[in-house]
Amino acid sequence: MTDRPGAPTRRGFLKAGLAGGGALVAGKAAAEGPDPLITETQPWAQMWGDGVDVTPYGMPIEYESDVIRRNVDWLTADTISSVNFTPIHALDGTITPQGCAFERHHSGAIDLPKEDYRLMINGLVETPLIFTYADLERFPRVNHTYFLECAANSGMEWAGAQLNGAQFTHGMIHNMEYSGVPLRTLLEEAGVKPEGKWIYVEGADASSNGRSIPLDKALDDCLVAFKANGEALRKEHGYPVRLCVPGWEGNMWIKWLRRVEVTTEAIQSREETSKYTDTLADGTSRKWTWAMDAKSVITSPSPQSPITHGPGPLVITGLAWSGRGAIKRVDVSLDGGKSWQTARLARPGQKMALTRFYLDIDWDGSEMLLQSRAMDDTGYVQPTKNALREIRGLNSVYHNNGIQTWWIKTSGEAENVEVS
Amino acid sequence: MSKFRNLSAAALLLTLAAPAQAGDFGLGRPALPEEIAAWDLDVAPDGKGLPEGSGSVEDGEEIFSANCAICHGEFAEGVDNYPKLAGGEDTLDRDDPVKTVGSYWPYLSTVWDYVHRSMPFGAAQVLTVDEVYAITAYILYSNYLVEDDFVLSNENFLEVAMPNADGFIVDDRETTELPLFSQPPCMTDCKQNVEITMRAAVLDVTPDEAAAN
Repeated sequence: MTDRPGAPTRRGFLKAGLAGGGALVAGKAAAEGPDPLITETQPWAQMWGDGVDVTPYGMPIEYESDVIRRNVDWLTADTISSVNFTPIHALDGTITPQGCAFERHHSGAIDLPKEDYRLMINGLVETPLIFTYADLERFPRVNHTYFLECAANSGMEWAGAQLNGAQFTHGMIHNMEYSGVPLRTLLEEAGVKPEGKWIYVEGADASSNGRSIPLDKALDDCLVAFKANGEALRKEHGYPVRLCVPGWEGNMWIKWLRRVEVTTEAIQSREETSKYTDTLADGTSRKWTWAMDAKSVITSPSPQSPITHGPGPLVITGLAWSGRGAIKRVDVSLDGGKSWQTARLARPGQKMALTRFYLDIDWDGSEMLLQSRAMDDTGYVQPTKNALREIRGLNSVYHNNGIQTWWIKTSGEAENVEVS
Repeated sequence: MSKFRNLSAAALLLTLAAPAQAGDFGLGRPALPEEIAAWDLDVAPDGKGLPEGSGSVEDGEEIFSANCAICHGEFAEGVDNYPKLAGGEDTLDRDDPVKTVGSYWPYLSTVWDYVHRSMPFGAAQVLTVDEVYAITAYILYSNYLVEDDFVLSNENFLEVAMPNADGFIVDDRETTELPLFSQPPCMTDCKQNVEITMRAAVLDVTPDEAAAN
């Protein structure tokens, strides 16, 4: 798809580093001569660009072709029940473009036309119901922006630094503005019986991805969504209808949602027994670890987004989020956690949504050990990886929200490391 | 049109729209029993949802060999990166636990339910009820949990003891982690020294890094 490397090569990087070296002098560097990009008339200033009929639905310009999802072959047995990663190292703001928002399937991304779509509500309800897609569009609608983080995001890093890039260590996440119908509305249409305590939700795909959710959560803020970031869901994100379970692990956000069953007990399906259970050091395992705890990562500089401009002004930026509420504060350390300064939030944190932070520094060209530490409005402070390991051991697989460290070298290159 | 008339028109519309209340949109239609039977296939740990039927280890071995062994191995031991369904006893507290039906899964209902609905991978929902009982019996046998003459049915289903049935606790982060991690954080002089203890570049397993080198 692209001949541009996703991460800078060492060679490419050294060139950039040399160019940056010229800027070491304090203050603005003088021009060596007139810049032909300015003094010579460029073709785009003379001739036509594309007409408005050239691109009915556009893709990013070719120079951005490295801002793509990436796959890690060795993680899974095949690409059908697998995951890819959002290029968070190259994005800014908080809204994830749908076209590069990560995917996680258990039996592939299925093709389900709206005309063939059916949603069943059954179990402990007064009237089991079938909705068509057109029915769903007639219910009162709401809009909410939420992050979806895979329970396994950063899971490969439990035992130590492994993958070299924020895309790979933290990219099983996306953040979209969803439009849809509160699940509560649909459940009330069917009439939940008093014995109902749980719902079991499943998708139309072969894996079904069935999960149990307490009725309280279902009636609180779960959303049956059919639009994301203004347009229909992408096929790979559950077209035409998916479930949003704000703040909770991505596995529960059932795509191609086809059935909601009200039950007395949890079904304890494969995806909540064999998978999405978190094994502790003593061999027992936590189940129903639904909420995603407060977490953050510096997206730039980072291994795939090195410093190429040399010393001087440097924008340190990243993302913070919490499944238990809104981000209240993000602290950044340049020295591996010895000292911290509070970063600037681009906008006040929203509940269960990504929050962008910035720290503008004057980089003196020396090594740094960059870390970020999120705090949410419950007062929870993002722990270090070692603090998590002390409680959970190394085999939890899921829910790694430990503080990430990037080693920034004098060259401006960055590496995923762990520190004492 | 006067402002007043605009307002009254809006008020009239609101009045007309008001009867729509919870449970009263009149959208959708009742689900038919055949439709519910076709889609509601889940089986709960107490056996709710299990259809009548049975299957033997002997039949299961044959069906497994034909439909499952190419990925999961003739003895359910797993091929390449595909899941191991048997083995791993007493490994859950070790460095690299081997989590299988025998060593990890708490309920047999999940095996039946998942195989019935989602396996074989790439051709799901082709197995008959009796075939699923037989495959489930064979997976139990592969885990040394039943004898080779065992026949599993909806009637004896709950008698099978799963070794890790008591191995799960409900999320306890509220008590074990949240209080600990909700202390005001250190801002200055938080530690004396910082040393790099592990580097991703040493492992060198990142796709683009590998391609670039």
